[in-house]
Amino acid sequence: MTGAAAIIIALVQLVLFVLLAPVLIGVIRQVRARLEGRAGSGIWQPWLDVRKLLSKNPVRAADSSWMLAAGPVTLLVSSLLLCALLPLVGTLPLPLIPSDLFVIVSVMLIGVVALALVGLDAGTAFGGMGSSRHMTVAALVEPTLLLAVYALSIPAGTSTLSLIVETRLANPAVIISPVSLLAMVALAIAIMAETSRLPVDNPSTHLELTMLHEAMVLEASGRDLAWLELGSWLKLAALLGLLSNLIVPWGIATDFSVLGVLVGVGTVTVKILLLGVVLSAGEVFLAKARLFRVPELLAGSFALGLLAVTASYLVA
Amino acid sequence: MTALEAGMLGQTLLLVLAVAAALLTPTPWRSRVSGTFCTLLAAAGIVTGALALSGGTGSLSIPTALPLDPLVLSPDRLGGLVMVVVSSVGVLASLFGIGSARVASASRTAWLSMAVFLCGMQLVPAATDVVTFLLFWEIMTLGSTALLLAHHATRGTVASALVWYSAMSQLSFFFVLAGFAMLAGQAGGTGFADLATIDPYSWQASVAFLLLLLGFGGKAELVPLHVWVPRVLPEAPGHVAAAMSGAMVNIGVYGALLVLVRLLPNGPAWWGVLIMVVGGVSALYGILQASVASNLKVLLAYSTTENMGLVFLGLGASVLLRADNATAAADAALVAALLLMLSHAAFKSTLFLGAGAVARAAGEMNLDRLGGLGSRMPWTAAAFGAAAMGAAALPVTSGFVAEWMLLQSLIHGSRVDGEVVSVTASVAMPLAVAVIALTAGLALLTFVKAYGIAFLARPRSPEAKLAVEVPVIMRIPLVLGALLVVGLGLLPGPLAVAVGGAVGPEFTPDVRTIGLAGVDARGIDAVLDPTTFVVLAGLLLVPVLIALFVSARRHPTRTSPLPWAGGGSRLRPRMQYTATSYAEPLVRVFDDVLRPSRDVEVTHVGESRYLVERVHVEQTVSDVVETRLYRPVLNLMQRAGILARRAQNGSIHRYLSYSFVALLLVLIVVSL
Repeated sequence: MTGAAAIIIALVQLVLFVLLAPVLIGVIRQVRARLEGRAGSGIWQPWLDVRKLLSKNPVRAADSSWMLAAGPVTLLVSSLLLCALLPLVGTLPLPLIPSDLFVIVSVMLIGVVALALVGLDAGTAFGGMGSSRHMTVAALVEPTLLLAVYALSIPAGTSTLSLIVETRLANPAVIISPVSLLAMVALAIAIMAETSRLPVDNPSTHLELTMLHEAMVLEASGRDLAWLELGSWLKLAALLGLLSNLIVPWGIATDFSVLGVLVGVGTVTVKILLLGVVLSAGEVFLAKARLFRVPELLAGSFALGLLAVTASYLVA
Repeated sequence: MTALEAGMLGQTLLLVLAVAAALLTPTPWRSRVSGTFCTLLAAAGIVTGALALSGGTGSLSIPTALPLDPLVLSPDRLGGLVMVVVSSVGVLASLFGIGSARVASASRTAWLSMAVFLCGMQLVPAATDVVTFLLFWEIMTLGSTALLLAHHATRGTVASALVWYSAMSQLSFFFVLAGFAMLAGQAGGTGFADLATIDPYSWQASVAFLLLLLGFGGKAELVPLHVWVPRVLPEAPGHVAAAMSGAMVNIGVYGALLVLVRLLPNGPAWWGVLIMVVGGVSALYGILQASVASNLKVLLAYSTTENMGLVFLGLGASVLLRADNATAAADAALVAALLLMLSHAAFKSTLFLGAGAVARAAGEMNLDRLGGLGSRMPWTAAAFGAAAMGAAALPVTSGFVAEWMLLQSLIHGSRVDGEVVSVTASVAMPLAVAVIALTAGLALLTFVKAYGIAFLARPRSPEAKLAVEVPVIMRIPLVLGALLVVGLGLLPGPLAVAVGGAVGPEFTPDVRTIGLAGVDARGIDAVLDPTTFVVLAGLLLVPVLIALFVSARRHPTRTSPLPWAGGGSRLRPRMQYTATSYAEPLVRVFDDVLRPSRDVEVTHVGESRYLVERVHVEQTVSDVVETRLYRPVLNLMQRAGILARRAQNGSIHRYLSYSFVALLLVLIVVSL
């Protein structure tokens, strides 16, 4: 019974996030445009972009391989898996595949690898450059990411994310404990780096030499580009959803009822859109860090994560 | 005679046949006949090992003329497991060798020593006493040395690599011998059953532990005893490198298991901490060197150091946690270490075979000169890709499941029922998680680089452009290996149960199969079913594929020789990123550890300062352990040698006076 309910919730999450992710990007861009004194293109523009890209003929380089076609699809599927597995609308775990922290990170890494291989496959200098930088950042982010969620897992005694969220819901004092705050800061920095946001990467740059994510997708076009964009947006939306549910767990459905799911859908939508606004407003005040300053930022966030874990053992 | 005894007799018989085949068959047929016998020999090893693993008993005793007990071969379940693993790699390597062995590697010496090497590896885990163990250990080492020696005529670098290999393997042997001697002296017997009676908390046990860790760590390519690896493996042909790096290192792990599970179980906590430190340093150092390597075989060789580091990290965690009474997590860590060993054997042998196929097709191991092999060698590319995913621990390969299990055991290790088990564990576990995470991240970069640069994009040299797929007999082991990597990843449940049974009766990990073939580690509350995972991913793929096909019908793909690249730079493959440039950001970040030396040479056009005719960049990353630890020792020894030479100048007068002084000394000593 719980199995069926969990599958329904996973389906709801998938549909919701596929609809919502482009809107979230639209909101982020629109807020940024307004704060910078521009009119902006409206919050539906990403959706229109996807529609436009899907109705174009993709152009591929003569020497490129099947990777240029398969990589974008892999990225999209890995992002969809994230949306299905993470506790976004409800905390009911799918049977046999709980939303285990290490599994989630590995699913995300599949997308990271697919994107890096797409960047290499085109056989251009920019693609290789983006791929190389992207993988360097990904390699350095991983310790931070795992340690942060390890710290979060200690109060719950499990690495299953849905149980962690439930623990925080049942015992809100955990959320504002110093250990949890340290871990959340570390996690937030890791997620910013993982989703190519400022100050690690500039998503709206047009200078090739400063690009990470954009340099890898330069050679993709048509539906290949649509899958890549949609996949990256879904990943951002899902991770923001996770972050918001860890900070403000209220509203998430802990058992199955129509009303509960509706409330879950409503609250998670509001939460990620709000977080998107905060992210966008924050980014206005940030400049992209130099590539070789990024390791310092990540080392700082790693130190926070390690502090959080050891503190929770030795102090608590 | 039991089935197990028949199996071991079969192995011995096939060894004799393989040796005879290597010696007697004429050159055009040698690889096929000898390779077939080697394959059969390894297959017999799989059968014997499987029998032992499933609880079969039996022993084969070989009487000796020396005043020693007869040599007794009788594998227990753990030995059976290791025998299955090394024999499986042996089958893949021998099959590949049938197709790939040419000239020197198809010589009599090469095939003879291949058979001896395989048989030695298969029988080390069957030993029941120290003498037998050491005998087969040396047979294995000598077999592999002779196997490498077969190539010294064609390449000059082989000789120096071999000197390193022999010196390091004899150093390992010395440590193992000394460690066992220490234990045997204490126990009063050389049988493993006698040694198991020693108290692990006695000082003799600790000294023996240190010696044995050094010895087995050297065989398992751990830092700082790994220096032979990046020299020797690139010189070996693909199938030999696969057998050494995929199978022989497991004998090192088996040695460590023998000590930690059978002989001295429940050792003190500091043993665990020490093993974790050695393992963690090896893992990080190995993968860091691998990530900046441009030679494909050097990259794979260093990655072996990384993987063995992770195995030892798991073993160390299990010792530490057991000393802290966190038994469930300790058991899980032990199972994880064994799963890592299994998955490493599968993916590393496939990767080395893939490298062998690339070497044959393109005649080149330098990634900077490869590229575009994916469309030219689709089978090799697919197998190498699957194995690379295993090495990068991506779902749903065997590498992923093993690393997941290890992480789970670590995060559940430092608390039992909400109580902190010990301060050591609560500092060691987070650091171990961080080390594994950084290792996994760098492994990802390393294997994206290896696969992406070699198999994707455009060829960077004329040789790579002309590469063609290898013959069918070489594709078979590649595909088999790739299937193993994925298959073992889909069946973690039965695998973990088998592995858990193998470490009994000392330890009994609480693992069982759940779902189709998922694993459920009940002690630490961790569940994973890769099959369900694949089904879910497949279901999610369906709507995407439907959208893809609808879109593709309406808007077909166009191919253009020059899309999106301004300035026409696409026309020159040299504009692409290479392996060296791919790792450049990483070299900068880890500047202090890697200490790269870079040489940039700019040639200007005529008198102009601004127009450049050519730029030559050369970068070498040295092995810090070698330059800082081994070089000083070697220099010291060389200086001692020069001093000693002065005492021997060939003059008969001097030798006569030496004899006279010696005689005097003897007389004085006697008279005292």
